[in-house]
Amino acid sequence: MTALASPRARSSYLVHATTLRSWALTTDHKRIGVMFLFALLAMLALGGIFAMALRLEHLTPGPTIMTAMTYNRMFTLHGVTMVWLFMIPSIPSSFGNFLLPIMVGAKDVAFPRLSLMSFYVFLAGASLVLVSMVAGGIDTGWTFYPPYSSSTPTAVPAALLGVFIVGFSTIMTGINFIVTTHTMRHPSVTWMKMPLFVWAIYATSVIQVLATPVLGMVLLLVVANHSFGWGFFDPARGGDPVLYQHLFWFYSHPAVYIMILPGMGVVSEVIPTFARKNPYSYKAIAYASFGLAFVGFLTWGHHMFVAGMSRFDAGAFGVLSMLVAVFSAIKVFNWTWTLKRGAISLKTPLLYVFAFLFLFVFGGMTGVAVATMSLDVHWHDTYFVVAHFHFIMVGGTLTAFLAAIHYWFPKMTGRMYSERLGLLCAALVFAGFFVTFFPQFILGNGGMPRRYFDYPAHFQVLHVVSTVGSWILGAGLAITAGYLAHALFRGPAAGPNPWGSRSFEWRTPSPPPKHNFESEPSFEIDAYDYTKPLAGEPQ
Amino acid sequence: MTQPASFVPAEQFADAEKQAHAARLGMWVFLASELLLFGALFTLFAAYRVEFPSAFRASVEHNTKVLGSINTAVLLVSSTCVAGAVHALRGGRTKLSAGLVASTAVLGAIFLVIKLTEYAKHFADGIYPGGEGRFFEEHHVRGFSEFWTLYFGMTGLHAVHVTVGMTLLTVMLVGIVRGRVTPATVHRLEVAALYWHLVDIIWIFLWPLLYLA
Repeated sequence: MTALASPRARSSYLVHATTLRSWALTTDHKRIGVMFLFALLAMLALGGIFAMALRLEHLTPGPTIMTAMTYNRMFTLHGVTMVWLFMIPSIPSSFGNFLLPIMVGAKDVAFPRLSLMSFYVFLAGASLVLVSMVAGGIDTGWTFYPPYSSSTPTAVPAALLGVFIVGFSTIMTGINFIVTTHTMRHPSVTWMKMPLFVWAIYATSVIQVLATPVLGMVLLLVVANHSFGWGFFDPARGGDPVLYQHLFWFYSHPAVYIMILPGMGVVSEVIPTFARKNPYSYKAIAYASFGLAFVGFLTWGHHMFVAGMSRFDAGAFGVLSMLVAVFSAIKVFNWTWTLKRGAISLKTPLLYVFAFLFLFVFGGMTGVAVATMSLDVHWHDTYFVVAHFHFIMVGGTLTAFLAAIHYWFPKMTGRMYSERLGLLCAALVFAGFFVTFFPQFILGNGGMPRRYFDYPAHFQVLHVVSTVGSWILGAGLAITAGYLAHALFRGPAAGPNPWGSRSFEWRTPSPPPKHNFESEPSFEIDAYDYTKPLAGEPQ
Repeated sequence: MTQPASFVPAEQFADAEKQAHAARLGMWVFLASELLLFGALFTLFAAYRVEFPSAFRASVEHNTKVLGSINTAVLLVSSTCVAGAVHALRGGRTKLSAGLVASTAVLGAIFLVIKLTEYAKHFADGIYPGGEGRFFEEHHVRGFSEFWTLYFGMTGLHAVHVTVGMTLLTVMLVGIVRGRVTPATVHRLEVAALYWHLVDIIWIFLWPLLYLA
């Protein structure tokens, strides 16, 4: 850690104590955030390796590198790792933990020990899922639909209990953030002065606290179904598998907003900084987060249009699902209007945000299309849906996550990465992503079903394009990992505010001292006010 | 409800009042989460009750109504005790408070004993979770297995919560005796009491659904 020594480092949260114990038992929200970040990056790498293997398998029809059974396990592990172990905790647990207290002007979260506990609970749950991978794997897909999940001989109980335990970690984090936002704000940081990232994390926390327990209960019942023959969802024992789908999506649709809302929070921070302008409408962005959080609870039925549902219900769920697009559009138009006539400096985080905007709008519009029942019947369970949710979830969450890593890297480490490599890799990631998933829309529309091991020869060209795309995407991410690791130890000192942002976390040294601020911080200048210079800033 | 707290707050809090507020708010948010946990089971119950009304009615009539109703009374009295304990501690009557907390935990234990007696009766009748047992051979219609499995699932999860609540109350009792839970830090007892009230409220919904309706 001495390599991180920068002029102010002696009091920084990274070096004030350096023993293993001082990390493992820390209650410092910044250290917990960093530990989460590393754990999540490991999960991302694991899920990414599974994805690359899946794409490689599809290079040719029939078996290429694995058997059909391995393929089934592999796509399940890809989904489970990416959704449950990476995307759902991704931005809140890492950047949320690190930044939320600083952004509200507090010394720490309200319950620091709960925060530490949520990290270890996450590790325990993730380990259990990893154990299930070794102990026979699991081949149900990440949605664990019964009756298959109650009869497959694979390691369903371990994987589901792992996800159940990870859910506890999510709930703990959510409770902590809600209470911190309510009770720990600096007296001068009123609700309408909070950085927009805090609003996004707060709305996310509400969903986490209210939706996760339902999922937890349902997963326990599936385990009971599998292990003790409680046949709630198993038609062979008199149960109703559609009931499972209702309860599962009651959580898992809001979970989509657990993934995307924090990403939107990142975008709302990055755009004003690099456009040097206040957001077009602060309130619209803040309230739209709650609109999404609320509507997100009322749309779950659109996953079940072909599972047996009355036409009226399907229509109602379709219309409610389209409301999501209204709130998303409010945000997108606000962001683009913020950019308009801004003094834009195109740095890596902003390039990732541009990728976000394109992929999110593209994926969002296909989302309105699949919310229409007549179209969904054609596209259901095809690659079209796979492409749609990868555009939204990966194109949305992953690009926002990468934007966040680059944007806050100097704050967290006190060092700068190579801007040139950053821009190059952002372009590579975007290009790789597009080449991977755009052909999948065409494949799906042409009738390629998801989760199939084999395909007819006339689909091969598009599959090959998609696989090549995955190599570009993989290369972009691998180079990113390389230069960030290099910058962690060798990068030049960043200084407290390398981007010239007004947001609150940039008003303290990089890396921040143990108690976040060296002296009583001043929040008189708003988080997005670029009309006045900050204290101590030559301008 | 709140009076100015006066103890040394944890370092991240500006003052003791804020810390007490955070503790209360944290528990309320957690209780909301708990309600949704049971909510999934209530949803299942509603769905299957609509599907199999006659099997559910027959099962309710077969249930141990008297023991279940006595248990309701036991829990309601215990909740009154813990509310009194908070009131007493706030008024500085530490010994009375400790006594009331102890009675609450004991009533919780009585509840569990009665609950297990009920389970024993069901097992004797050949009713086991998952539709196993003699009873379901005699009642070979869909719906019976759903009711009884839900019955065991819901009351079982509730019993787990009773046990957690009793543990919390025991910790509070030790805290009062050792002087860590005092009139100044009454919020600690308040938070534990809130949890106990949740246990009570869940039962208030389970009782009519499983024994009376």
